[in-house]
Amino acid sequence: MEPFPASQMIVGAIFLICVGTAVLGALIAALTARIIRSVCGLAICCIGLAGLYYFLNSPFLALMEILIYIGAVCVTIVFAVMLAEPDEPVRDENFGSTLVWGGLAVLVSAAIFWGLWRLGAHQDWTAPATRVTDGSVKAIGYSLLTTYSMAFELISLALLVAIVGALAIARTGRTK
Amino acid sequence: MFQSLNHLISAWWPEPLRLILFLVGIMSFVGLNAAYLVWVERKGAARFQRRPGPTEVGWAGLLQPIADAAKLMSKQLILPAGVDATLFRVAPLLMMSPVLMSLAVIPWGRNLAACNLNVGLLMIFAFGSINVMAIMLGGWSSRNKYAIISAARVVSQNVAYEIPMLLVVITMIMVTGTMNLSEIVIQQSGAFWHWNIFRVWINPLMPVTFLIFFTCMLAETNRAPFDMAEAESELVAGAYTEYSGMGFGVFFMAEYANILLGCALATVLFLGGWQSPIGNLLGDSQSIVGVLFGVFWFFVKMYFLVFSVVWIRWTFPRTQFYRLLNLSWKILIPISLVTLILSSAMIKLFHQ
Repeated sequence: MEPFPASQMIVGAIFLICVGTAVLGALIAALTARIIRSVCGLAICCIGLAGLYYFLNSPFLALMEILIYIGAVCVTIVFAVMLAEPDEPVRDENFGSTLVWGGLAVLVSAAIFWGLWRLGAHQDWTAPATRVTDGSVKAIGYSLLTTYSMAFELISLALLVAIVGALAIARTGRTK
Repeated sequence: MFQSLNHLISAWWPEPLRLILFLVGIMSFVGLNAAYLVWVERKGAARFQRRPGPTEVGWAGLLQPIADAAKLMSKQLILPAGVDATLFRVAPLLMMSPVLMSLAVIPWGRNLAACNLNVGLLMIFAFGSINVMAIMLGGWSSRNKYAIISAARVVSQNVAYEIPMLLVVITMIMVTGTMNLSEIVIQQSGAFWHWNIFRVWINPLMPVTFLIFFTCMLAETNRAPFDMAEAESELVAGAYTEYSGMGFGVFFMAEYANILLGCALATVLFLGGWQSPIGNLLGDSQSIVGVLFGVFWFFVKMYFLVFSVVWIRWTFPRTQFYRLLNLSWKILIPISLVTLILSSAMIKLFHQ
Protein backbone atom coordinates (compact mmCIF):
# COMPACT_ATOMS: atom_id res chain seq x y z
CA MET A 1 0.00 0.00 0.00
CA GLU A 2 1.47 3.39 -0.96
CA PRO A 3 1.55 6.01 1.82
CA PHE A 4 -1.44 8.26 2.09
CA PRO A 5 -0.85 11.62 0.35
CA ALA A 6 0.54 14.29 2.67
CA SER A 7 0.70 11.88 5.60
CA GLN A 8 3.70 13.76 7.04
CA MET A 9 1.66 16.95 7.12
CA ILE A 10 -1.27 15.19 8.76
CA VAL A 11 1.03 13.83 11.46
CA GLY A 12 2.47 17.31 11.99
CA ALA A 13 -1.00 18.80 12.20
CA ILE A 14 -2.04 16.22 14.80
CA PHE A 15 1.05 17.05 16.86
CA LEU A 16 0.25 20.76 16.66
CA ILE A 17 -3.38 20.13 17.64
CA CYS A 18 -2.23 18.19 20.73
CA VAL A 19 0.23 20.89 21.75
CA GLY A 20 -2.35 23.60 21.06
CA THR A 21 -4.98 21.81 23.16
CA ALA A 22 -2.57 21.45 26.07
CA VAL A 23 -1.50 25.10 25.94
CA LEU A 24 -5.07 26.34 25.48
CA GLY A 25 -6.26 24.27 28.45
CA ALA A 26 -3.44 25.57 30.60
CA LEU A 27 -4.25 29.16 29.62
CA ILE A 28 -7.94 28.69 30.42
CA ALA A 29 -7.03 27.15 33.77
CA ALA A 30 -4.74 30.04 34.64
CA LEU A 31 -6.69 33.02 33.28
CA THR A 32 -10.35 32.43 34.12
CA ALA A 33 -11.91 33.79 37.28
CA ARG A 34 -14.45 31.03 37.86
CA ILE A 35 -12.91 28.02 39.52
CA ILE A 36 -15.10 25.48 37.71
CA ARG A 37 -13.89 26.84 34.40
CA SER A 38 -10.30 26.46 35.60
CA VAL A 39 -10.98 22.79 36.29
CA CYS A 40 -12.39 22.45 32.78
CA GLY A 41 -9.21 24.07 31.47
CA LEU A 42 -7.21 21.50 33.43
CA ALA A 43 -9.29 18.73 31.83
CA ILE A 44 -8.65 20.15 28.34
CA CYS A 45 -4.94 20.40 29.14
CA CYS A 46 -4.93 16.74 30.22
CA ILE A 47 -6.60 15.75 26.95
CA GLY A 48 -3.83 17.55 25.06
CA LEU A 49 -1.21 15.77 27.16
CA ALA A 50 -2.91 12.43 26.53
CA GLY A 51 -2.77 13.21 22.82
CA LEU A 52 0.96 13.87 23.11
CA TYR A 53 1.49 10.55 24.91
CA TYR A 54 -0.47 8.80 22.19
CA PHE A 55 1.64 10.61 19.62
CA LEU A 56 4.74 9.27 21.38
CA ASN A 57 3.47 5.72 20.91
CA SER A 58 2.27 5.15 24.49
CA PRO A 59 -1.48 4.53 24.25
CA PHE A 60 -1.62 2.95 27.70
CA LEU A 61 -0.17 6.04 29.34
CA ALA A 62 -2.44 8.31 27.28
CA LEU A 63 -5.59 6.48 28.35
CA MET A 64 -4.44 6.34 31.97
CA GLU A 65 -3.93 10.11 31.84
CA ILE A 66 -7.56 10.53 30.77
CA LEU A 67 -8.92 7.93 33.20
CA ILE A 68 -7.10 9.29 36.24
CA TYR A 69 -6.69 13.00 35.63
CA ILE A 70 -10.07 13.71 34.04
CA GLY A 71 -12.20 10.85 35.33
CA ALA A 72 -10.93 11.00 38.90
CA VAL A 73 -8.98 14.16 39.72
CA CYS A 74 -11.04 16.74 37.81
CA VAL A 75 -14.33 15.16 38.85
CA THR A 76 -13.25 15.20 42.50
CA ILE A 77 -12.19 18.85 42.28
CA VAL A 78 -15.46 19.89 40.63
CA PHE A 79 -17.42 17.94 43.20
CA ALA A 80 -15.56 19.57 46.09
CA VAL A 81 -16.01 23.04 44.59
CA MET A 82 -19.69 22.40 43.94
CA LEU A 83 -20.32 21.29 47.52
CA ALA A 84 -18.28 24.04 49.12
CA GLU A 85 -19.14 27.00 46.94
CA PRO A 86 -22.38 26.96 44.99
CA ASP A 87 -22.37 30.70 44.38
CA GLU A 88 -20.08 33.16 42.68
CA PRO A 89 -16.88 33.70 44.69
CA VAL A 90 -16.45 37.15 46.18
CA ARG A 91 -13.80 39.03 44.24
CA ASP A 92 -10.67 39.83 46.18
CA GLU A 93 -10.61 43.63 46.40
CA ASN A 94 -7.12 43.84 47.86
CA PHE A 95 -5.19 44.77 44.73
CA GLY A 96 -1.79 45.12 46.46
CA SER A 97 -1.61 41.56 47.76
CA THR A 98 -2.81 40.25 44.38
CA LEU A 99 0.09 42.07 42.78
CA VAL A 100 2.59 40.62 45.24
CA TRP A 101 1.36 37.03 44.91
CA GLY A 102 0.95 37.33 41.15
CA GLY A 103 4.49 38.66 40.79
CA LEU A 104 5.80 35.82 42.95
CA ALA A 105 3.90 33.28 40.85
CA VAL A 106 5.31 34.78 37.63
CA LEU A 107 8.83 34.60 39.08
CA VAL A 108 8.47 30.97 40.17
CA SER A 109 6.96 29.86 36.87
CA ALA A 110 9.63 31.75 34.93
CA ALA A 111 12.31 29.96 36.95
CA ILE A 112 10.69 26.57 36.34
CA PHE A 113 10.32 27.34 32.66
CA TRP A 114 13.95 28.42 32.39
CA GLY A 115 15.12 25.25 34.14
CA LEU A 116 13.03 23.01 31.92
CA TRP A 117 14.15 24.88 28.82
CA ARG A 118 17.82 24.49 29.81
CA LEU A 119 17.27 20.79 30.42
CA GLY A 120 15.50 20.39 27.10
CA ALA A 121 17.98 22.39 25.05
CA HIS A 122 21.30 21.34 26.53
CA GLN A 123 20.72 17.75 27.58
CA ASP A 124 21.94 15.08 25.24
CA TRP A 125 18.73 13.18 24.46
CA THR A 126 19.37 9.81 22.88
CA ALA A 127 16.47 7.65 21.83
CA PRO A 128 16.76 4.02 22.95
CA ALA A 129 17.61 1.72 20.09
CA THR A 130 14.71 -0.59 20.83
CA ARG A 131 11.49 -0.05 22.75
CA VAL A 132 12.01 -0.98 26.37
CA THR A 133 8.72 -2.85 26.67
CA ASP A 134 5.93 -3.54 24.24
CA GLY A 135 3.49 -1.67 26.46
CA SER A 136 1.25 -4.70 26.97
CA VAL A 137 -0.56 -5.41 30.24
CA LYS A 138 1.85 -8.22 30.99
CA ALA A 139 4.94 -6.05 30.52
CA ILE A 140 3.47 -3.29 32.68
CA GLY A 141 2.53 -5.79 35.37
CA TYR A 142 6.05 -7.26 35.41
CA SER A 143 7.73 -3.87 35.65
CA LEU A 144 5.33 -2.69 38.37
CA LEU A 145 6.10 -5.74 40.49
CA THR A 146 9.84 -6.00 39.79
CA THR A 147 11.71 -2.83 38.75
CA TYR A 148 9.29 -0.31 40.16
CA SER A 149 7.84 -2.31 43.04
CA MET A 150 9.28 0.11 45.61
CA ALA A 151 7.63 3.16 44.03
CA PHE A 152 4.42 1.17 43.52
CA GLU A 153 4.24 0.17 47.18
CA LEU A 154 5.12 3.67 48.36
CA ILE A 155 2.35 5.20 46.27
CA SER A 156 -0.18 2.71 47.56
CA LEU A 157 0.98 3.47 51.10
CA ALA A 158 0.51 7.20 50.50
CA LEU A 159 -3.03 6.54 49.19
CA LEU A 160 -3.77 4.36 52.22
CA VAL A 161 -2.62 7.15 54.55
CA ALA A 162 -4.84 9.60 52.64
CA ILE A 163 -7.87 7.32 52.99
CA VAL A 164 -7.26 6.76 56.72
CA GLY A 165 -6.78 10.49 57.19
CA ALA A 166 -10.02 11.25 55.38
CA LEU A 167 -11.82 8.69 57.55
CA ALA A 168 -10.37 10.19 60.73
CA ILE A 169 -11.43 13.71 59.74
CA ALA A 170 -14.89 12.56 58.72
CA ARG A 171 -15.31 10.73 62.05
CA THR A 172 -14.59 13.80 64.15
CA GLY A 173 -16.79 15.88 61.87
CA ARG A 174 -19.69 13.52 62.37
CA THR A 175 -19.61 13.51 66.18
CA LYS A 176 -19.61 17.31 66.33
CA MET B 1 -12.12 -14.00 -2.94
CA PHE B 2 -11.49 -11.20 -0.50
CA GLN B 3 -10.33 -12.29 2.92
CA SER B 4 -12.69 -10.08 4.85
CA LEU B 5 -14.78 -6.98 4.69
CA ASN B 6 -12.01 -4.99 6.26
CA HIS B 7 -9.52 -6.22 3.71
CA LEU B 8 -12.00 -5.41 0.97
CA ILE B 9 -12.26 -1.84 2.20
CA SER B 10 -8.54 -1.39 2.73
CA ALA B 11 -7.84 -2.73 -0.76
CA TRP B 12 -9.82 0.18 -2.17
CA TRP B 13 -9.12 2.96 0.28
CA PRO B 14 -6.11 3.73 2.42
CA GLU B 15 -6.33 3.75 6.20
CA PRO B 16 -7.47 7.35 6.94
CA LEU B 17 -10.38 7.10 4.50
CA ARG B 18 -11.37 3.73 5.97
CA LEU B 19 -11.32 5.29 9.43
CA ILE B 20 -13.48 8.23 8.32
CA LEU B 21 -15.92 5.82 6.69
CA PHE B 22 -16.17 3.80 9.90
CA LEU B 23 -16.62 6.87 12.11
CA VAL B 24 -19.31 8.38 9.89
CA GLY B 25 -21.01 4.99 9.93
CA ILE B 26 -20.85 4.82 13.71
CA MET B 27 -22.19 8.36 14.12
CA SER B 28 -25.15 7.79 11.83
CA PHE B 29 -25.79 4.44 13.50
CA VAL B 30 -25.78 6.08 16.94
CA GLY B 31 -28.24 8.75 15.82
CA LEU B 32 -30.60 6.30 14.18
CA ASN B 33 -30.26 3.88 17.07
CA ALA B 34 -31.09 6.57 19.64
CA ALA B 35 -34.17 7.63 17.69
CA TYR B 36 -35.45 4.08 17.36
CA LEU B 37 -34.56 3.08 20.90
CA VAL B 38 -36.92 5.84 22.00
CA TRP B 39 -39.57 4.12 19.90
CA VAL B 40 -38.66 0.74 21.46
CA GLU B 41 -38.80 2.32 24.90
CA ARG B 42 -42.23 3.85 24.33
CA LYS B 43 -43.62 0.78 22.66
CA GLY B 44 -42.12 -1.49 25.30
CA ALA B 45 -43.43 0.67 28.13
CA ALA B 46 -46.85 0.61 26.54
CA ARG B 47 -46.85 -3.16 26.12
CA PHE B 48 -45.68 -3.73 29.69
CA GLN B 49 -48.59 -1.56 30.81
CA ARG B 50 -51.05 -3.26 28.42
CA ARG B 51 -51.69 -0.29 26.16
CA PRO B 52 -50.83 0.14 22.45
CA GLY B 53 -48.20 2.91 22.56
CA PRO B 54 -47.50 5.08 19.50
CA THR B 55 -49.66 3.96 16.58
CA GLU B 56 -50.56 7.02 14.54
CA VAL B 57 -47.40 8.11 12.72
CA GLY B 58 -46.48 5.42 10.22
CA TRP B 59 -47.11 1.70 10.62
CA ALA B 60 -47.09 0.85 14.36
CA GLY B 61 -45.77 4.36 14.98
CA LEU B 62 -42.53 3.60 13.20
CA LEU B 63 -42.19 7.16 11.88
CA GLN B 64 -42.75 8.62 15.36
CA PRO B 65 -38.99 9.06 16.10
CA ILE B 66 -38.58 11.15 12.96
CA ALA B 67 -41.50 13.38 13.98
CA ASP B 68 -39.99 13.65 17.48
CA ALA B 69 -36.60 14.60 16.06
CA ALA B 70 -38.15 17.27 13.83
CA LYS B 71 -40.01 18.66 16.83
CA LEU B 72 -36.91 18.76 19.03
CA MET B 73 -34.79 20.38 16.35
CA SER B 74 -37.32 23.11 15.64
CA LYS B 75 -37.59 24.08 19.32
CA GLN B 76 -35.92 27.16 20.67
CA LEU B 77 -32.74 26.66 22.69
CA ILE B 78 -33.52 28.59 25.84
CA LEU B 79 -30.58 29.96 27.80
CA PRO B 80 -31.94 30.73 31.29
CA ALA B 81 -30.78 33.87 33.06
CA GLY B 82 -27.67 33.42 35.19
CA VAL B 83 -26.38 30.20 33.66
CA ASP B 84 -22.75 29.74 32.76
CA ALA B 85 -23.39 29.97 29.02
CA THR B 86 -20.24 28.23 27.72
CA LEU B 87 -20.40 25.27 30.06
CA PHE B 88 -24.17 25.04 29.60
CA ARG B 89 -23.71 24.64 25.85
CA VAL B 90 -20.64 22.40 26.06
CA ALA B 91 -22.09 19.87 28.52
CA PRO B 92 -24.31 17.93 26.04
CA LEU B 93 -21.45 17.70 23.54
CA LEU B 94 -19.13 16.51 26.29
CA MET B 95 -21.61 13.76 27.05
CA MET B 96 -21.94 12.67 23.43
CA SER B 97 -18.40 12.73 22.07
CA PRO B 98 -16.73 10.23 24.47
CA VAL B 99 -19.34 7.61 23.58
CA LEU B 100 -18.63 8.05 19.89
CA MET B 101 -14.90 7.69 20.59
CA SER B 102 -15.47 4.55 22.62
CA LEU B 103 -17.68 2.95 19.99
CA ALA B 104 -14.72 3.12 17.60
CA VAL B 105 -12.98 0.21 19.35
CA ILE B 106 -16.02 -2.10 19.52
CA PRO B 107 -15.55 -5.03 17.11
CA TRP B 108 -18.91 -5.42 15.37
CA GLY B 109 -17.74 -8.49 13.49
CA ARG B 110 -14.51 -10.28 12.64
CA ASN B 111 -12.04 -7.51 11.63
CA LEU B 112 -14.89 -5.03 11.76
CA ALA B 113 -13.63 -2.47 14.26
CA ALA B 114 -12.90 1.11 13.30
CA CYS B 115 -9.74 0.98 15.37
CA ASN B 116 -8.43 -2.35 16.62
CA LEU B 117 -6.64 -0.88 19.60
CA ASN B 118 -4.54 -3.08 21.88
CA VAL B 119 -5.86 -1.25 24.93
CA GLY B 120 -9.45 -1.03 23.68
CA LEU B 121 -11.03 -2.01 26.99
CA LEU B 122 -9.06 0.67 28.81
CA MET B 123 -10.04 3.22 26.19
CA ILE B 124 -13.74 2.60 26.80
CA PHE B 125 -13.34 3.12 30.53
CA ALA B 126 -11.08 6.15 30.12
CA PHE B 127 -13.59 7.93 27.91
CA GLY B 128 -16.52 6.60 29.91
CA SER B 129 -15.20 8.46 32.93
CA ILE B 130 -15.72 11.79 31.14
CA ASN B 131 -19.50 11.22 31.24
CA VAL B 132 -19.72 12.07 34.92
CA MET B 133 -17.98 15.35 34.23
CA ALA B 134 -20.53 16.16 31.50
CA ILE B 135 -23.62 15.58 33.65
CA MET B 136 -21.99 17.41 36.52
CA LEU B 137 -21.11 20.45 34.43
CA GLY B 138 -24.59 20.46 32.90
CA GLY B 139 -26.15 20.35 36.34
CA TRP B 140 -23.84 22.94 37.85
CA SER B 141 -24.05 25.44 35.02
CA SER B 142 -27.86 25.32 35.01
CA ARG B 143 -28.03 27.31 38.26
CA ASN B 144 -30.95 25.24 39.39
CA LYS B 145 -31.27 23.56 42.77
CA TYR B 146 -32.65 20.34 41.35
CA ALA B 147 -29.91 20.22 38.76
CA ILE B 148 -27.19 20.69 41.40
CA ILE B 149 -28.69 17.97 43.61
CA SER B 150 -28.74 15.73 40.58
CA ALA B 151 -25.12 16.53 39.79
CA ALA B 152 -24.10 15.65 43.35
CA ARG B 153 -26.01 12.38 43.09
CA VAL B 154 -24.40 11.50 39.78
CA VAL B 155 -20.91 11.80 41.20
CA SER B 156 -21.51 9.66 44.27
CA GLN B 157 -23.40 7.09 42.21
CA ASN B 158 -20.78 6.87 39.49
CA VAL B 159 -17.87 6.75 41.91
CA ALA B 160 -19.62 3.98 43.85
CA TYR B 161 -20.36 1.87 40.78
CA GLU B 162 -17.10 2.50 38.97
CA ILE B 163 -15.31 0.40 41.60
CA PRO B 164 -17.17 -2.93 41.20
CA MET B 165 -17.26 -2.35 37.43
CA LEU B 166 -13.49 -1.96 37.24
CA LEU B 167 -12.97 -4.93 39.61
CA VAL B 168 -15.08 -7.08 37.29
CA VAL B 169 -13.18 -5.80 34.29
CA ILE B 170 -9.86 -6.60 35.99
CA THR B 171 -11.16 -10.12 36.55
CA MET B 172 -11.99 -10.33 32.87
CA ILE B 173 -8.56 -9.01 31.87
CA MET B 174 -6.97 -11.71 34.03
CA VAL B 175 -9.13 -14.40 32.51
CA THR B 176 -8.55 -13.28 28.93
CA GLY B 177 -5.03 -11.92 29.36
CA THR B 178 -5.61 -9.06 26.93
CA MET B 179 -7.38 -5.73 26.61
CA ASN B 180 -7.86 -6.08 22.87
CA LEU B 181 -11.60 -6.54 22.35
CA SER B 182 -11.21 -8.48 19.09
CA GLU B 183 -8.87 -10.94 20.75
CA ILE B 184 -11.26 -11.35 23.67
CA VAL B 185 -13.98 -12.35 21.20
CA ILE B 186 -11.69 -14.68 19.25
CA GLN B 187 -10.85 -16.50 22.52
CA GLN B 188 -14.54 -17.30 22.95
CA SER B 189 -14.93 -19.03 19.58
CA GLY B 190 -16.98 -22.20 19.38
CA ALA B 191 -20.43 -22.97 20.71
CA PHE B 192 -22.03 -21.06 23.54
CA TRP B 193 -20.33 -22.89 26.41
CA HIS B 194 -17.06 -21.28 25.31
CA TRP B 195 -18.44 -17.84 26.06
CA ASN B 196 -16.91 -16.12 29.07
CA ILE B 197 -20.18 -16.10 30.98
CA PHE B 198 -20.27 -19.92 30.97
CA ARG B 199 -16.57 -20.57 31.52
CA VAL B 200 -17.16 -21.81 35.04
CA TRP B 201 -13.99 -23.92 35.02
CA ILE B 202 -11.96 -20.71 35.18
CA ASN B 203 -14.16 -19.09 37.74
CA PRO B 204 -17.30 -20.76 39.12
CA LEU B 205 -18.76 -17.30 39.78
CA MET B 206 -18.64 -16.20 36.13
CA PRO B 207 -22.44 -15.73 35.70
CA VAL B 208 -22.43 -13.66 38.91
CA THR B 209 -19.64 -11.56 37.44
CA PHE B 210 -21.80 -10.91 34.41
CA LEU B 211 -24.71 -9.89 36.64
CA ILE B 212 -22.50 -7.45 38.55
CA PHE B 213 -21.26 -6.00 35.28
CA PHE B 214 -24.80 -5.57 34.00
CA THR B 215 -26.00 -3.96 37.24
CA CYS B 216 -23.07 -1.55 37.25
CA MET B 217 -23.74 -0.78 33.61
CA LEU B 218 -27.33 0.14 34.46
CA ALA B 219 -26.12 2.40 37.26
CA GLU B 220 -23.38 4.02 35.19
CA THR B 221 -25.77 4.84 32.36
CA ASN B 222 -28.29 6.25 34.88
CA ARG B 223 -31.03 3.85 33.89
CA ALA B 224 -33.95 2.85 36.07
CA PRO B 225 -34.01 1.51 38.75
CA PHE B 226 -30.85 3.57 39.29
CA ASP B 227 -31.88 6.77 37.47
CA MET B 228 -31.23 8.97 40.46
CA ALA B 229 -29.78 11.67 38.23
CA GLU B 230 -32.98 12.16 36.29
CA ALA B 231 -35.56 10.98 38.85
CA GLU B 232 -38.45 12.84 37.27
CA SER B 233 -40.75 12.38 40.25
CA GLU B 234 -38.34 14.07 42.67
CA LEU B 235 -36.00 16.28 40.65
CA VAL B 236 -38.14 17.37 37.63
CA ALA B 237 -35.54 16.13 35.13
CA GLY B 238 -32.42 16.39 37.27
CA ALA B 239 -29.39 17.75 35.50
CA TYR B 240 -31.39 18.19 32.30
CA THR B 241 -34.10 20.38 33.85
CA GLU B 242 -33.07 23.63 32.17
CA TYR B 243 -32.27 22.13 28.78
CA SER B 244 -34.69 22.55 25.91
CA GLY B 245 -34.84 21.46 22.30
CA MET B 246 -31.75 19.74 20.96
CA GLY B 247 -29.73 20.47 24.11
CA PHE B 248 -31.99 17.99 25.85
CA GLY B 249 -32.09 15.88 22.69
CA VAL B 250 -28.32 15.42 22.65
CA PHE B 251 -28.34 14.37 26.31
CA PHE B 252 -31.06 11.90 25.47
CA MET B 253 -29.18 10.55 22.45
CA ALA B 254 -26.03 10.23 24.54
CA GLU B 255 -27.95 8.26 27.16
CA TYR B 256 -29.09 5.74 24.55
CA ALA B 257 -25.64 5.68 22.98
CA ASN B 258 -24.24 4.87 26.42
CA ILE B 259 -26.71 2.03 26.84
CA LEU B 260 -25.69 0.74 23.42
CA LEU B 261 -22.01 0.94 24.37
CA GLY B 262 -22.60 -0.82 27.68
CA CYS B 263 -24.57 -3.63 26.05
CA ALA B 264 -22.00 -3.97 23.25
CA LEU B 265 -19.25 -4.23 25.84
CA ALA B 266 -21.20 -6.84 27.83
CA THR B 267 -21.67 -8.78 24.58
CA VAL B 268 -17.97 -8.65 23.78
CA LEU B 269 -16.76 -9.45 27.28
CA PHE B 270 -19.24 -12.13 28.29
CA LEU B 271 -21.47 -13.26 25.45
CA GLY B 272 -18.89 -14.06 22.80
CA GLY B 273 -19.27 -10.98 20.61
CA TRP B 274 -19.83 -11.96 17.02
CA GLN B 275 -19.48 -15.74 17.67
CA SER B 276 -22.57 -17.74 16.83
CA PRO B 277 -24.04 -19.73 19.75
CA ILE B 278 -24.08 -22.97 17.76
CA GLY B 279 -20.53 -22.93 16.43
CA ASN B 280 -19.40 -22.00 12.96
CA LEU B 281 -22.18 -23.26 10.73
CA LEU B 282 -20.92 -21.52 7.63
CA GLY B 283 -17.45 -22.95 8.10
CA ASP B 284 -15.32 -20.13 6.79
CA SER B 285 -15.85 -17.17 9.08
CA GLN B 286 -13.37 -15.10 7.06
CA SER B 287 -15.63 -14.69 4.05
CA ILE B 288 -18.02 -11.79 3.67
CA VAL B 289 -21.04 -14.01 4.40
CA GLY B 290 -19.32 -15.30 7.54
CA VAL B 291 -18.53 -11.76 8.72
CA LEU B 292 -22.10 -10.58 8.12
CA PHE B 293 -23.38 -13.65 9.93
CA GLY B 294 -21.16 -12.62 12.87
CA VAL B 295 -22.52 -9.07 12.76
CA PHE B 296 -26.02 -10.55 12.84
CA TRP B 297 -25.25 -12.53 16.01
CA PHE B 298 -23.58 -9.51 17.60
CA PHE B 299 -26.68 -7.42 17.03
CA VAL B 300 -29.01 -10.16 18.28
CA LYS B 301 -27.10 -10.41 21.57
CA MET B 302 -26.64 -6.68 21.95
CA TYR B 303 -30.27 -5.84 21.30
CA PHE B 304 -31.40 -8.60 23.62
CA LEU B 305 -29.44 -6.85 26.37
CA VAL B 306 -30.83 -3.46 25.32
CA PHE B 307 -34.33 -4.92 25.50
CA SER B 308 -33.57 -6.23 28.99
CA VAL B 309 -32.56 -2.72 30.00
CA VAL B 310 -35.93 -1.39 28.81
CA TRP B 311 -37.68 -4.34 30.45
CA ILE B 312 -35.98 -3.64 33.80
CA ARG B 313 -36.88 0.03 33.61
CA TRP B 314 -40.58 -0.66 33.31
CA THR B 315 -40.60 -3.51 35.80
CA PHE B 316 -38.75 -2.18 38.84
CA PRO B 317 -39.48 1.04 40.72
CA ARG B 318 -36.69 3.51 41.39
CA THR B 319 -34.56 2.65 44.44
CA GLN B 320 -33.83 5.00 47.26
CA PHE B 321 -30.51 6.75 47.17
CA TYR B 322 -28.97 5.21 50.27
CA ARG B 323 -30.08 1.76 49.10
CA LEU B 324 -28.35 2.39 45.81
CA LEU B 325 -25.09 3.22 47.57
CA ASN B 326 -25.47 0.34 50.02
CA LEU B 327 -25.97 -2.06 47.14
CA SER B 328 -22.68 -1.00 45.67
CA TRP B 329 -20.51 -0.69 48.78
CA LYS B 330 -21.94 -3.56 50.83
CA ILE B 331 -22.88 -6.13 48.19
CA LEU B 332 -21.36 -5.56 44.77
CA ILE B 333 -17.84 -4.54 45.83
CA PRO B 334 -17.31 -7.49 48.24
CA ILE B 335 -18.66 -9.98 45.71
CA SER B 336 -16.54 -8.59 42.91
CA LEU B 337 -13.47 -8.72 45.16
CA VAL B 338 -14.27 -12.36 45.89
CA THR B 339 -14.57 -13.16 42.17
CA LEU B 340 -11.29 -11.35 41.54
CA ILE B 341 -9.42 -13.33 44.19
CA LEU B 342 -11.13 -16.59 43.29
CA SER B 343 -10.35 -16.35 39.60
CA SER B 344 -6.76 -15.32 40.21
CA ALA B 345 -6.35 -18.33 42.50
CA MET B 346 -8.02 -20.64 39.99
CA ILE B 347 -5.85 -19.36 37.15
CA LYS B 348 -2.70 -19.75 39.23
CA LEU B 349 -3.60 -23.27 40.43
CA PHE B 350 -5.23 -24.91 37.42
CA HIS B 351 -4.72 -22.95 34.26
CA GLN B 352 -1.07 -22.04 34.05
